[in-house]
Amino acid sequence: MGAIEAGCRFYFGYPITPQNEIPEYMAKHLPSVGGTFIQAESEIASINMLLGAGVTGVRAMTSSSSPGISLKQEGISYMCGSRIPGVIVNMSRSGPGLGGISPSQGDYFQSTRGGGHGDYRTIVLAPHSVQENYDLTMKAFDLADKYRNPVVILGDALMGQIKEPLARRKYRKREYPKDWTLTGATGREPRLVKSLYLSEGELTKHNWNLNRIYKSMKREIMFETHLLEDARLVLVAFGSVARILKSSIYMARQKGMKVGLFRPITLYPFPSAQLAKVALSIKNFMAIELNTGQMIEDVMLAVRHKGHHVDFYGRPPGSIPSPDELFDEIKKIYKKRIR
Amino acid sequence: MKQVFRRPEALVDVPFHFCPGCHHGIIHRLVAEAIDQFALREKTIGVASVGCSVFLYDYFNVDVVEAPHGRAAAVATGVKRAMPDNFVFTYQGDGDLAAIGTAEIIHAGNRGENLTVIFVNNMVFGMTGGQMAPTTMAGQETTTTPYGRDPESNGYPIRMSEVMAQLPGTTFVARASVSDPKNLMKAKKMIRRAVEVQVNREGFGFVELLSACPTNWKMSPQDATKRVQEEMSSYFPLGVYKGEVD
Repeated sequence: MGAIEAGCRFYFGYPITPQNEIPEYMAKHLPSVGGTFIQAESEIASINMLLGAGVTGVRAMTSSSSPGISLKQEGISYMCGSRIPGVIVNMSRSGPGLGGISPSQGDYFQSTRGGGHGDYRTIVLAPHSVQENYDLTMKAFDLADKYRNPVVILGDALMGQIKEPLARRKYRKREYPKDWTLTGATGREPRLVKSLYLSEGELTKHNWNLNRIYKSMKREIMFETHLLEDARLVLVAFGSVARILKSSIYMARQKGMKVGLFRPITLYPFPSAQLAKVALSIKNFMAIELNTGQMIEDVMLAVRHKGHHVDFYGRPPGSIPSPDELFDEIKKIYKKRIR
Repeated sequence: MKQVFRRPEALVDVPFHFCPGCHHGIIHRLVAEAIDQFALREKTIGVASVGCSVFLYDYFNVDVVEAPHGRAAAVATGVKRAMPDNFVFTYQGDGDLAAIGTAEIIHAGNRGENLTVIFVNNMVFGMTGGQMAPTTMAGQETTTTPYGRDPESNGYPIRMSEVMAQLPGTTFVARASVSDPKNLMKAKKMIRRAVEVQVNREGFGFVELLSACPTNWKMSPQDATKRVQEEMSSYFPLGVYKGEVD
């Protein structure tokens, strides 16, 4: 819904659980706004259709879940190399391999480190509610156009199938320069959009140029802090696990434990400087993820102060931790670190 | 003095980089002539594929996007759906279209996408140095079939035009050669028709062009051309497989 309101008129996808609600919604609603829905023959075809639509300057998207996102990596790499915008939703499931359909955050590395071949990045947005699914989807289209780069929305089965109240809002489309799009060379010089650079030094320059763009994305960093003012232990978590943690933190606070939350909303760029600032006054951190430890690497890169601790609790896919279970894990670390 | 022969407007005035005896240059020209004939140059969006022909963006005087290897038909689908009033074509070799891009071309054809596909079959992977392609002849020596292609272990050369023609979604499918003036004129008509099909919104037009690759066949241009006319044209019969040309 957020996508259509943000002007997305082209959707290309392939069925995979747990995100079929997205293509089904688009198949139903895109035609009535004059949009195009294609169920492609593969994930590879859908990302390349997105590449093709994106190069004309229209707003377009695809969605999938982990194994399908692996297949899309080739196209994402080409889109980054050719600087073609597009929105890619990953309602991730669990791996490796076919894995399972339960919520997981095992795709953190794949999403934040590029994922395919070459030295590239995509902006990664991690919603933790239906409201954010909606708001961040709209924002994703703006960011994709602004930076001429794909934007990934990383959720999981929980975010993909949760039902909650939603406050709709008026979206005002931002316009970005279209002096690079392919529309046919009517009355102008032909344009070329490519990622192949063979002349000496050309590719080096291109990569530095991309790097400069990735660095400039830092101005888009988003994060949420919750009860950090007097906290002695900072939990760092994103997406659905951050959502569950809000209940666990309430339980901890009732027991007098000063626990707060730092929730990155942009996973790339990661709010490193903002987290480092928190570490100026608080020494104890605990990363909590639905995997065996991925985001914790970014947390440790941000919190490198001497005498600080970064503990970890990970839950690999298969079951979702309850607020009570997470409270028990927090309690252990709190007792260990804060005497 | 009256000028009777000139470079098509849809081509840039630069020399081709192609090897002596390669047919890409001729085929480029035929495609450019068809674009000119329908006055489409300013409405054209070309989709370049991976292989020797990727550099078509240096030669065609039109907007071009480069597709990942084999994905040209999917990229073109995205472009055309977004820009239905533009002329969109892909230009793909046999390594690109008939190996890694088989799924994309079959399904684009089966959806009846309003596209024009120029498929150049030279029976090898040209740019990477002459490895076996799906179209390589039984017995043909390539760098990855040094003892000749053995269908027992490497399969049979695939006839893409026949495959495409039997899909209900395709409108025009033909195979041509440019190895002699007579066939070249036929090829020209077929390409023109494949362009016209799109202009008239009649659906999916596909032309396979047999091409020599003297470098990777390790032959003189003359012998390579002869091979196209004889061995190649007999395994890959020329003609219109679906639809009609005037």
